[in-house]
Amino acid sequence: MTSLNSPFLTSSALLSPPALFFDGVTYSHEEKVLLGPCSFTLDGIGPTLVMGPNGAGKSLLLRLAHGLLSPTEGRVTWSDNRTPRQAMVFQQPVLLRRSAVANLIHALSVNNVPYRQRAKLAFNGLERFGLGAYAKTPARVLSGGQQQRLALARAWVLSPQVLFLDEPTSALDPAAIKAVEAAVREFHQRGTRIVMTTHDIHQARRLAGDVLFLSGGKVREHTPAEAFFDTPASREARAFITGELVE
Amino acid sequence: MENNAFYVALSLLLNFDAPLYQIVALSLQVSLLAVLIAALLGFPLGAAVALWRFRGRGGVIVVLNALMGLPPVVAGLVVYLLLSRAGPLGEWGLLFTPSAMVIAQVVLVLPILAALSRQKVEEMLGEYREQFVSLGMSRARMMPTLLWDARFALLTVLLAGFGRASAEVGAVMMVGGNIEGVTRVMTTSIVLETGKGNLPLALGLGIVLLTLVMLINAGAYLVGEFSRRRTG
Repeated sequence: MTSLNSPFLTSSALLSPPALFFDGVTYSHEEKVLLGPCSFTLDGIGPTLVMGPNGAGKSLLLRLAHGLLSPTEGRVTWSDNRTPRQAMVFQQPVLLRRSAVANLIHALSVNNVPYRQRAKLAFNGLERFGLGAYAKTPARVLSGGQQQRLALARAWVLSPQVLFLDEPTSALDPAAIKAVEAAVREFHQRGTRIVMTTHDIHQARRLAGDVLFLSGGKVREHTPAEAFFDTPASREARAFITGELVE
Repeated sequence: MENNAFYVALSLLLNFDAPLYQIVALSLQVSLLAVLIAALLGFPLGAAVALWRFRGRGGVIVVLNALMGLPPVVAGLVVYLLLSRAGPLGEWGLLFTPSAMVIAQVVLVLPILAALSRQKVEEMLGEYREQFVSLGMSRARMMPTLLWDARFALLTVLLAGFGRASAEVGAVMMVGGNIEGVTRVMTTSIVLETGKGNLPLALGLGIVLLTLVMLINAGAYLVGEFSRRRTG
């Protein structure tokens, strides 16, 4: 692990991650309620794994938390009433039609990082995620695993206080999954709040500090990981863990 | 007779016949400048229509698409009316100058560049939007990113615009006047020389024009192939 000597990078690590509040949040589309109403608080150290069957509303919950969507009803707020620096890694990484390093430089430029610092931060980010040799390679000809690592590197150089990950490993092979999980742990150790969806129970066991379990658009339980896997409180979670098909 | 004319045309080309190359040079100057101006206006316009939602947006798109097929003589007529002595821009004294031809070609090419770049940018935006919002980008900040990422597609669009500009005859004939040594370009000379029966020169110019169109299309094809391999 190299340490990056930049004021831009160290600032977030010193602060405890911001807490996220969902207050009666509902999301509807064409009169149909897709999520909620749900109320919960993410103020533990995490990582928070959002679990549940397909169509439970996991991605929707992430997009509402990140601000990509606005709730139909209710409010999404952060501690101190300040929206923290945040980033999101998608299931399918969305990369610009440019070189790997240009993708990171673009993200830094969008976030008003001074011009002279961009290249150094970008190369450091690539190195950290094992992409140093691919700096000049067009991002879209990288392999799936490399693309996802590049998306993580892009999030990393922005040093977010909160990182959302939406099924980041569902299209990857085991080696690439391992690399992504290692990266998630690094973010966590840096003091970034992690909120990640997965449908893979084993992955959740490896990563989770707490679990937010959804089914049918409702939060069924929000408990520490151990408690969730050993003694799930809700009927839906019990069924999910034991491998029954949950609707 | 035709074979004979073809032979003379080739010898004009190969001997770098001065009047012929002057005509070719002016044609290229006018069309390249027109396409450059149209790109500077049309690409941001297309990207803006793709990015912003406003009242009448659908109408703007329909008009741009329709203007892609604007008959050159109509464009010529409009520019003629604007630039003629009695017209609103008559003071500029531009009628029957190369500048007037540039303006007429900009009018013809701009809708093509704007409408096609609107399409390309909108497709790309659909793919990038969530990531852009996640990065906290404003629409104004998205515009240069999208235009740059669509660069290969836009280069093809540019070539389409140049093809239209250089092959068109009606508009430049009306506003340029086909004045020898001043506003005579390839297409207008072909019309004139054919009418006069000077087939070798007409044919020579025809060959140059055809070659140019071929080169443009080959360029468009190569750019497309290159970008597919390069950016996936």
